[in-house]
Amino acid sequence: MSDRVATLRSRLTSWDSIIVVLTVLVLVVASFSVDNFGTSRNFTFMVLDLLPIILIALPMTMIIVTGEIDLSVASTLGLTSSMMGWLWNQGLSIESIIPLCIVIGAVCGVVNGFLITGLGLPSLAVTIGTLALYRGLAFVVLGDGAVADFPFDYTGWVTGTIGGGAVPNVLILIVALALIFGIVQHATPFGRSLYAIGANAQAAHFSGIRVARTKFWLYVVSGAVAGLVGVLWTLRYASARADNGAGLELAVVAAVLLGGVSIFGGKGSLPGVLAGVVLLTALQNALRLEDVSGQALNIVTGTLLVLSVLLPNVTTAVRGNWQRRKLRQAAATR
Amino acid sequence: MTITSTPTKAPLGNPVAQKASGLFKQRELGIVLALALLVAYTAIDNPRFLSGQSIRDNLLNTAILAVMATGQAIVVITRNIDLSVGSVLGISAFAVATLMSKNQDLPMIVALLVGLGVGAVAGLVNGVLVRYGKVPALVVTLGTLYIYRGITYSWAGGSQVNADELPRHFLTFANDSILGIPWLVLIALVVIAAGSIMMRNYRVGRELYAMGSSPAAAELAGIKVARNLLGAFVLSGALAGLAGVLYAARFGTVDAAAGTGYELNVVAAVVVGGVAVFGGSGTVWGAALGALLLTVIGSALAVLDINQFWQQAIVGALIILAICADRLVAFRIARSLRKRDAHV
Repeated sequence: MSDRVATLRSRLTSWDSIIVVLTVLVLVVASFSVDNFGTSRNFTFMVLDLLPIILIALPMTMIIVTGEIDLSVASTLGLTSSMMGWLWNQGLSIESIIPLCIVIGAVCGVVNGFLITGLGLPSLAVTIGTLALYRGLAFVVLGDGAVADFPFDYTGWVTGTIGGGAVPNVLILIVALALIFGIVQHATPFGRSLYAIGANAQAAHFSGIRVARTKFWLYVVSGAVAGLVGVLWTLRYASARADNGAGLELAVVAAVLLGGVSIFGGKGSLPGVLAGVVLLTALQNALRLEDVSGQALNIVTGTLLVLSVLLPNVTTAVRGNWQRRKLRQAAATR
Repeated sequence: MTITSTPTKAPLGNPVAQKASGLFKQRELGIVLALALLVAYTAIDNPRFLSGQSIRDNLLNTAILAVMATGQAIVVITRNIDLSVGSVLGISAFAVATLMSKNQDLPMIVALLVGLGVGAVAGLVNGVLVRYGKVPALVVTLGTLYIYRGITYSWAGGSQVNADELPRHFLTFANDSILGIPWLVLIALVVIAAGSIMMRNYRVGRELYAMGSSPAAAELAGIKVARNLLGAFVLSGALAGLAGVLYAARFGTVDAAAGTGYELNVVAAVVVGGVAVFGGSGTVWGAALGALLLTVIGSALAVLDINQFWQQAIVGALIILAICADRLVAFRIARSLRKRDAHV
């Protein structure tokens, strides 16, 4: 019985739960105290702001859980956005451009995956390299111009809502992909193997998990999702530009870590990450409505990020001290 | 680098040991070679690339990046990373520019010291969080990247300090030279030389390599890991702060966005310069050469009339090439060491 209380207590005090509670709190407080926060129009904007970070965060969570990182995602997004504009100028139909762009994203992921798992190079350095490479290629393809004349059927769908109601179209996409990634990560042997790899890649290898192959496919999926987001980003702003999404990689990594995923791998859950993304976006949105500069929000983002790792460390240390003292007292009274 | 000292055990003339140490020497040689090739090719196409003005411009453009790369190299050698340098540059540049515009008579040395101080404090916060908070450096400095930038934005609002508000002696500092060498370049050279000598010849430098090679072993060996780690982060912060002063003096106009995204250039310079991201190897002057190479590529593209948009793609390809080369060297050394052990 006390065991169950203990696990319940540790689960409630874990960062995952704190972040979920914090998110709900921010949402509730904001919708009561900030004008226009709870309107359906603002909800649509918030979902659209959420879209790129949350989608890229899904595969990023898996990659970080295996102890690796992918910093090239935002550049992949930029490259697919550029390619989309270029292909459109070549006269291809949008129906063939969209799948092609996702494939381009996946190819970017294949390159990352090969360099990291095939040649055994460190993912941090490799993806900093491809961050520059893919963004550079994006500029080579499109220069500093923009392509903007995409068909309204598609741009309108991305910014529109279901039947003109309160639910944005892209929310279906977010929910569907989050469900798929959530199930794969938390309810399949493949998902469990990611945690095993992150905890100890060598041990995972000796227990028959194909470590290299798993990581390779994670990078391919990450690239494909970044490609998809590149398409959605382009359609949302009806503008294909080489610098689309610049700097987004740090926001995504920050959101994933904020959601309680350990940078060393092996720890973290998707619900925590989803809450982290929603928290960041909702805060940003509410502060913007209150006319607080979005850049000042950086302080909040950064502080939360550091606290997300610092707080659990401090509580463990304090709890350890407390237990040692109790043991010492028990020994003294005996 | 730590391995270079061990082959002394092997008898003189041992080809394997020589090969191992030779390969390490080749690492920086590779960058020098690449640099020489690039300069030669560009100069043949357009001899003005080697004119005094062009060389001066290249060195001035390298100076700020090289100062930051020195600090970053030291942090990376200890198997950490400092992503906050771009934001530290920003906060220091804005602080110094504001200070100088309000007090026109302050001498340059005060500006430099204030920049160093602001940076050192920022670096100390990073170091304390990494060491005592036990938060990974990547997370801490990603967090402080946002925090320092946010502080600068809240402080500056939308305002900026313009060149006409800054005292003349502050602005001319960037172009003034002593013995024909611009101050900016001289400062960078002093920083690089001091950093290289410290890392190569001094106890604390060797300890930093040891910490990067094996953090646990370094602690067991009685190295003052906490002191050294804090020192590395304070140094990286202080140099980023110094870079902020140089930035303000060189560009004159400073707003809250100064130095945004610089962290990636700095890390790129360090990686291209042969410092392994997992610590324990590489040199400060290699990182400085990396900074020089990246800068020269940019100006060479302009001279060769190649689309400027290629620059970033080339930098990316170069980073990947550099880590592939490091991997190859490490692989060959591991093989040659295995062979040597097999003979015993």
